[in-house]
Amino acid sequence: MLSFRGGIHPPEKKELAKESQLLYLNPPEVVYVFLSNHAGAPAKCIVKENDQVKTGQVIGEPGGFISAYVHSPITGVVKKIDKIYHPIQGRPMEAVVIQKTSDDEWQYLEHADWENLTKEQLLETIKKAGIVGLGGAMFPTHVKLSPPADKKIDTFIVNAAECEPYLTIDHKLMLQKAQDLILGIKIVMKTLQVQKAYIGIESNKIDAYEHLKTLLNSDQIELKLLKTKYPQGAEKQLIYAITGRKVPVGGLPMDVGVVVQNVQTVIAIKEAVVDRKPLVQRGLTISGEGVNKPINVVARIGTVVEEILKYAGGIKEEAERVILGGPMTGIAINRLDIPIMKGTSGITVLLKEKEYVQKACIRCTKCVFACPMGLQPYLLYLLANKRKYDDAVEEGLLACVECGSCAYVCPSKIDHVRAIKLAKKVYQALRGGKK
Amino acid sequence: MKLITKDAPHIRSEDTVRNIMIDVLIALGPAVAGAALFFGWYALFLCIFGAVAAEMIEWFIVKVLRKQKEFVPDFSAAVTGLLLAMNLPPTAPWWLLLIGIIIAIGIAKQAFGGIGQNIFNPALVGRVFLLISFPTLMTRWINPLMAFSKSPWDVLTSATPLGVLKQQGLKEALSSFSYTDLFFGNVGGCIGETSVLLLVIGFVYLLYKQRVSPIIPLSYIGTVFLFSSLFYFINPGRFGTPLFHILSGGLFLGALFMATDMVTSPMTFKGQAVFGLGCGLVTMTIRYFAGYPEGVSLAILLMNALTPLIDRVFKPRIFGEVKS
Repeated sequence: MLSFRGGIHPPEKKELAKESQLLYLNPPEVVYVFLSNHAGAPAKCIVKENDQVKTGQVIGEPGGFISAYVHSPITGVVKKIDKIYHPIQGRPMEAVVIQKTSDDEWQYLEHADWENLTKEQLLETIKKAGIVGLGGAMFPTHVKLSPPADKKIDTFIVNAAECEPYLTIDHKLMLQKAQDLILGIKIVMKTLQVQKAYIGIESNKIDAYEHLKTLLNSDQIELKLLKTKYPQGAEKQLIYAITGRKVPVGGLPMDVGVVVQNVQTVIAIKEAVVDRKPLVQRGLTISGEGVNKPINVVARIGTVVEEILKYAGGIKEEAERVILGGPMTGIAINRLDIPIMKGTSGITVLLKEKEYVQKACIRCTKCVFACPMGLQPYLLYLLANKRKYDDAVEEGLLACVECGSCAYVCPSKIDHVRAIKLAKKVYQALRGGKK
Repeated sequence: MKLITKDAPHIRSEDTVRNIMIDVLIALGPAVAGAALFFGWYALFLCIFGAVAAEMIEWFIVKVLRKQKEFVPDFSAAVTGLLLAMNLPPTAPWWLLLIGIIIAIGIAKQAFGGIGQNIFNPALVGRVFLLISFPTLMTRWINPLMAFSKSPWDVLTSATPLGVLKQQGLKEALSSFSYTDLFFGNVGGCIGETSVLLLVIGFVYLLYKQRVSPIIPLSYIGTVFLFSSLFYFINPGRFGTPLFHILSGGLFLGALFMATDMVTSPMTFKGQAVFGLGCGLVTMTIRYFAGYPEGVSLAILLMNALTPLIDRVFKPRIFGEVKS
């Protein structure tokens, strides 16, 4: 089976939410939509207080080249434009607060029949739909799909690894929306003008693999079964497992002729191009030992966590951590009035964990052998703590993908990732902030 | 309900330093049991005494001398104490072991800053200190299975296989010790080193629990085998067969449980392979050309000193790094 060097095997915990059917949540009474609902520059707000908005109506326009449209997820009235806590930025950011006034009245995207659209029109549609990477990175999709002319793209890969423990939404969508996924892949292939696409699925989702297999009838789209191993869904590891190509350090997938998109992103592309719906909702898994009824849902962007958790039967009294995303890379929040974003792939609620005290590194080599990027996390941690940032960069600090494998395996319970993330930030701040 | 925020990852493996050390103690179990069988109850007493005394000395240093508020034993000191005991002759007096432990824990480990900070394997530092300071006491060997009925000080002293090889040549060595004896441990030697079989059983347990990687032992023992094959080919009478070299002396104890000490060995696949190779070469050089018949302890200590250098030179290739 296809794989990569390094990686870890955390408990999968997929069984918690695996059986639950996809539930479409009713539009909530209020949504809080960040204008920074993507990587890059925040969108520019084009609505003001008391404006009436329809579902799918543009409320924010791209604020730069790497930026994206933001749409109203419900039909209602703009209550105010407020600063609220942004879990990724870690500080209050502008958000549009919309109060529901009626059931959905859609404002659909305007474009010709999708089969007649040119490559440029497809890109424009994807841009207009506000689609960003739904795997979690939230990088604007239209930017990813329009590489510079000197980068020849020949392969498109659908990231269906879903290697984070607990999360099952992509799995669910592959079973329930397989046709949409395949159509979406065809649209992306036309946009990129490539002849070859792969769907990389981890072996723990064999039913989705079999299901897709029965639906695929062309050689252009090929299924690839991947070894179940974390972080199989990390872009560079995925590309290597499927194509054997290594993205150079500091480079991007397009440097080896590949574009990768997550399952949900591809489905969102289909919905935008074929159904003319901008991105106003997304699927996510509500799971973890701390929720009463693990479930897979489709919710409007901007719905607060608390509201979504109700559908999962609420959280248990002993719950200790609520995480946006999966447990390996997700962000813990300490209040439940935070809205979900375009990149929120799940809400994981964990019970009180066994408490570990951080000990001295005993040089057990587990982090070195676990690192999928071939780094030496113990060394980066050491250098970061000594504030030797230049040395750390020399040792590959910037190549770290922050997957958390090192901290997971460490018997001394050292927080490598936290130190590395901080060191990266400090280094970038000291060296002119070039990302 | 109180929610806490913490950095990712939010889940951790159940491995802890303490778990690892307990597994090492378990893995040494068969060899300790074998020692009791071969050399009698006193050998077993030394092993237990070593482990307990080492923990107590560490507690004393950390709590009393360093005045740290908390001391939660991670049993790394017990491993050191046990290993040191296993590296002594079965006739070693208990106070000799105690001195060794004080040196091992007090100087080789805690003076460097405690667990993870030491450069040299503490047990080996203790052993080599004793070897230099008390050469007679450290080389009073007895034959196995003679000790059950008698106290170890009454029995005839004997020689170790490598000693016989050094003094009297291969022919004499092979007539005194069969390969089966060497494999099962029915020969003279240090308390825990004689039985290759029991040491391997313990090491397989560590492998099964994924506590260690087999790179260093494979590279170490492999090097000894190849190196001694070469010399055997040159002069069979003087240098001994490769099998004899592998099975005798402290090679397996050293390669499986001392060279693999995490703190003092390199961090990468290549580095560990080189480390094992170096241990093998130095061991054989000492065995062949030095006055002392055994070379494992000194070889590992020497390579410990080179570990930072090896770590610096043999780094893993960063994924996607272009060959330059």
